[in-house]
Amino acid sequence: MKNNNVIEVENLTKKFGDFTAVNSITFEVKKGEIFGFLGANGAGKTTAMKMLIGISKPTSGKAQVAGFNVFTQPEDIKKNIGYMSQKFALYDDLTVKENITFFGGIYGLSRAKIKEKRSELVEELGLGDIVNELVGSLPLGWKQKISFSIALLHSPTIVFLDEPTGGVDPITRRQFWEMIYKSANSGTTIFVTTHYMDEAEYCDRVSIMVDGKIEALDTPKKLKEHYKADNMNEVFLKLARG
Amino acid sequence: MSISVKNISKSFKKVTAVNDVSFEVKEGELFGLIGPDGAGKTTIFRMLTTLLFADKGTATVAGFDVVDDYKEIRNNVGYMPGKFSLYQDLTVEENLDFFATIFGTTIEENYELIKDIYVQIEPFKKRRAGALSGGMKQKLALSCALIHKPKVLFLDEPTTGVDPVSRKEFWEMLKRLQQKGITILVSTPYMDEAELCDRIALIQHGKILQIDTPQEIIKHYPKKIYDVRADNMYRLIESLKSFEHHYSVYPFGEYVHYTDKRDDFNPQELQQYLAANDHQNIKIKITKTTIEDTFMELTK
Repeated sequence: MKNNNVIEVENLTKKFGDFTAVNSITFEVKKGEIFGFLGANGAGKTTAMKMLIGISKPTSGKAQVAGFNVFTQPEDIKKNIGYMSQKFALYDDLTVKENITFFGGIYGLSRAKIKEKRSELVEELGLGDIVNELVGSLPLGWKQKISFSIALLHSPTIVFLDEPTGGVDPITRRQFWEMIYKSANSGTTIFVTTHYMDEAEYCDRVSIMVDGKIEALDTPKKLKEHYKADNMNEVFLKLARG
Repeated sequence: MSISVKNISKSFKKVTAVNDVSFEVKEGELFGLIGPDGAGKTTIFRMLTTLLFADKGTATVAGFDVVDDYKEIRNNVGYMPGKFSLYQDLTVEENLDFFATIFGTTIEENYELIKDIYVQIEPFKKRRAGALSGGMKQKLALSCALIHKPKVLFLDEPTTGVDPVSRKEFWEMLKRLQQKGITILVSTPYMDEAELCDRIALIQHGKILQIDTPQEIIKHYPKKIYDVRADNMYRLIESLKSFEHHYSVYPFGEYVHYTDKRDDFNPQELQQYLAANDHQNIKIKITKTTIEDTFMELTK
């Protein structure tokens, strides 16, 4: 891998029978970058992401994530990345504290380390009052903030966020992005999908997938210039349906 | 009134999901319930579609009481729940036929009403519903909710998780349905969709915060909002939050929306402050208020 790339993808392809879900995509993501991965429903985002996090084997092409090969080292990838999705967040019937301990264990942190990380988290997110509450009883916004922090527990090189803010209230959505900025600022690479186009503007660079291919990839500013659009929503509308 | 809700409340054990909510929807109106997950939107829908009893309060839909006349309501409303709830192992056509039969009608009889929407999925009519893409499922669910020509249509978060292009198409469909005289109550967590409704209710934690036309709601925002930008967004937010006169600081696309505590705020002063804090390419200009700004102000 080149000096400071955390992801390098070359002609990555995934076919299901006759159907090409991801069609020869090529891109790089740099360390500490906030990379927005956009596309219409069914454009192939989820399939591409599954290959990058080591849970789906590509049909052809090359990809390295956090220094590991997606074909031959998927287990190493899993240990070195964080992942959070809108659907699978945390265990609802465990408390906040139990969730942190559980995921710390999964990531192979020592007990001492888990304890240390847990106190840090409680402090940072102001979780004092709710640390012994069942996660199921918390508002969605809280769950998402906690699961983001948990995805960072083992200090991964890169964290993948799959629609982390869907349905979250506007204030919490912004607090969530401030957390993203903060971790990017401290060197963690962020790979994020979203359907909120204002959030696309917060990314350093954005790619837009259409029918399995990456149709555009650049900074939001350059994309807007290129497509003569006032905002990312217009860029998206111009591209996503050809 | 097509929908009339008076002081309804609903609790589940310790949680008050809906707290003394009242609103009215006029005939032919496109009315939006705007609020995040957990605001109580689904509980309101379930009470109005006679699937759940309120603890307190009364409501009528199409002139019928939700408790006494529940059978009439069921014949007169279409309901598209947030969660896909068609039969996954029936085909597209079988699902539609099933719903038509249940309501004592046929696809042919009301085809005109759903034509616009159904033609888009008709090529896949032999496919099982479970094997459809998200966008196609949504269109099928809407067709099924419309097949008995309801007077009132309830759409619970029809666009959640849907990409911006499909969302735009969906709202265009809603506008066309409205022109056919159907009253529509729709909920959404996307604040930009609020502006497409005739009137909206902003809702959070089971309480309605405000009801009005989107234009009036925006007009009542108490402050002037400034778009602020500089090269490093993260540092910009930090700096604005440390500025002693700041009232609110919210990232908003490529800008930060800034409001000041003082009425006689001079943007020049903020410009100087940011320049003194090493920000590059600073731009400050007055901007338009959006529903999202209002919502955040009300829930601050």
